[in-house]
Amino acid sequence: MEDKKTVMRMQDKDKRIKNFQEVELGYNEEEALREASRCLQCTNPRCVKGCPVNIMIPLFIKHIKEKEWEKAYQVIQESSFLPAICGRVCPQEMQCEKMCVKGFKGDAISIGALERFVADMHNSIEPKKEIIKNNGKKVAIVGSGPAGLSCAGILASNGFEVTIYEVLHRPGGVLTYGIPEFRLPKKIVEKEIENLKRKKVEIKCDMPVGNAITLSDLQKEYDYIFLGTGAGVPKFMGIPNESANEVFSANEILTRINLMGAYQENSKTPIKEAKTVYVIGGGNVAMDAARSLKRLGMNVHLMYRRGKDELPARKVEVIHALEEGIIFDLLQNPLEILTDENNSVTGMKVINMEYQEEIVGQRRSVQEVKGTEHNVSCDMVVMALGTNPNHEALKMSDIKLDDRGLIMVDDGLTSIPNVYAGGDAVTGAATVILAMEAGKKAAYEIIKRCK
Amino acid sequence: MYKIIYNKKISETSMEIALEARNIIDNAYPGQFVMIMTKEDSERIPLTIYDYDKKKGILYLIYQILGASTLELSMEKDSLFSVSGPFGKINEICKNIDEYKNKKIVYVAGGVGIAPIYPQIKYLHDFGLSCDVIYGARNADLLLIKDKIENVAHNVYYCTDDGSFGEQGFVTNILEKKHDYDVVVAIGPVVMMKNVCDVTKKYQIPTIVSMNPIMVDGSGMCGACRCIVDGKVKFACIDGPEFDGHKIDFDLALKRMNIYKKEEQKKLIAMQESLEVK
Ligand code: FES
Repeated sequence: MEDKKTVMRMQDKDKRIKNFQEVELGYNEEEALREASRCLQCTNPRCVKGCPVNIMIPLFIKHIKEKEWEKAYQVIQESSFLPAICGRVCPQEMQCEKMCVKGFKGDAISIGALERFVADMHNSIEPKKEIIKNNGKKVAIVGSGPAGLSCAGILASNGFEVTIYEVLHRPGGVLTYGIPEFRLPKKIVEKEIENLKRKKVEIKCDMPVGNAITLSDLQKEYDYIFLGTGAGVPKFMGIPNESANEVFSANEILTRINLMGAYQENSKTPIKEAKTVYVIGGGNVAMDAARSLKRLGMNVHLMYRRGKDELPARKVEVIHALEEGIIFDLLQNPLEILTDENNSVTGMKVINMEYQEEIVGQRRSVQEVKGTEHNVSCDMVVMALGTNPNHEALKMSDIKLDDRGLIMVDDGLTSIPNVYAGGDAVTGAATVILAMEAGKKAAYEIIKRCK
Repeated sequence: MYKIIYNKKISETSMEIALEARNIIDNAYPGQFVMIMTKEDSERIPLTIYDYDKKKGILYLIYQILGASTLELSMEKDSLFSVSGPFGKINEICKNIDEYKNKKIVYVAGGVGIAPIYPQIKYLHDFGLSCDVIYGARNADLLLIKDKIENVAHNVYYCTDDGSFGEQGFVTNILEKKHDYDVVVAIGPVVMMKNVCDVTKKYQIPTIVSMNPIMVDGSGMCGACRCIVDGKVKFACIDGPEFDGHKIDFDLALKRMNIYKKEEQKKLIAMQESLEVK
């Protein structure tokens, strides 16, 4: 019985599909203590190895057991720059919790929930004033997503004068425009940004680097530059009629809803009204789009070309999506968008998929099943298929890119002296924690260079 | 916050706004556009740059009151919440002036399409290239900034639908008569650009058009602005806004303008009602 985890309290599913408030409510002290008490405090902890940034997990859990919340926070903060955010959005079941020995027989320790608890406790207390001595070095950071924020934070704490350039009117990158309120409340992101401002980081919004100011302009003004420009332009499938009026990228849907607040009654930014929508894709972005549209009252299908076990999204998002009544159409793929004479979506022609023979050591591939073409009707389609690199910020520079168009780096350093890069612009679409880690690494490289 | 210097009516349906927007100006060139938000909760809307004063850091825009967002903009007197940019590519001719030195160039404008055209002919004029302009509108009142255009253009040919100024008829009627140009740049309503391209195709005159589709971010992140050019998907905000007019799918662009028609109508009515209450 001890082996069951302490389940986080949640907003009831019938209620939550009518609002955009956070779904998971987090632990209270008693719950956190109960969950922490399950931790075996392994001497050779596997969870730490599973964590992309190697947080000393048993140690912070030990501090929880001792009710030393702030000490627990300090342990996490040593490795992770944005714990309140990562506790909420990391795919823990594929990282730390996957490695937890408790998971062999029962439930793994809910490390993510504990991380979130510790971070929220920390954020509820008044922050201490940090006195930082300026080292006279100036750094420009391009993009205010997780990579940029962590790089900025670490450099600012080490005495650098940091300026962040953000193209949108609000900072936070994907944390602001992409991940919905019900998964990551915007006040948490704002809190992190406030923390940076307290460290004297300047954030310049409305600034498209590459256009308003070029990389070489920045080079003249700053000692170092960090590029955390993010994932890029949304991909489409290249199937017939994909430019139909109600075919959107998930990015557009999420930006309208999260950044522009289109879910609010009196918002000035419209979101298309529809009855039945198909979201194509199986990652976190697909889940976020599907669940957002559900909350706007639509009948939502999620179509993915592979099977359920291969959905790349966080497991809990899949569970939540199912609970919320999203219909999963797995092993199916669209072939064509069907439209009327006004270019409006009336449905899709889809085909079933099946797994091919397994080849040892390779991901099983899927193929179309001939003769299974059929039509489904809908009035909106949302493509959540990932992104291609966006090179707007790099205009007029000769920075080296790899054959996929991603920025090439060596220990965070690009082909241009003193210009660093990290996050999705370097790796292609990945996780918040990896972007944050890349920003952190680049920051330490810059610090090292200055010693 | 971006201070408004003035925001005034210049015709029955159009306004001109002057703003302090130093962040945009230093690197702004003809052909590019900006994204603006009136208030913190406003929509982001794209407007092509009409004029700028690099010394003073002032940006000038001309816009038409078409829906809730532009109505809201027209009523603001103090400041704007967000002005970002410049976005998009620089006008092809302004960028490659040497290639166009000995070419005969005509700019064809429809309605407020004259606004993005002005900085281009002014820029070219400063570099010693003088271009012709064919400018049409519904009536005389809707022909904007005539003096400014005449100052920098070579010949200006006007036309109006009702004949109240210049020739009666459409810009295409004039173009049909004077088609000995090497390059045409057409900016205006989609239908007008399409008609111009039909004429220039016939005479095989390369034609540049500037698209103004629905946009959200303006930086290549959302895909709302996609156009089909030569059968391929292009994003107007980063690949454009200018494209080869003979390769654009205008019919599709026309239909895509209607995506939010219903939703926008509702917002406009809601805004008008709230104004009446006040
Ligand atoms: S406006 Fe969003 S990609 Fe062009």
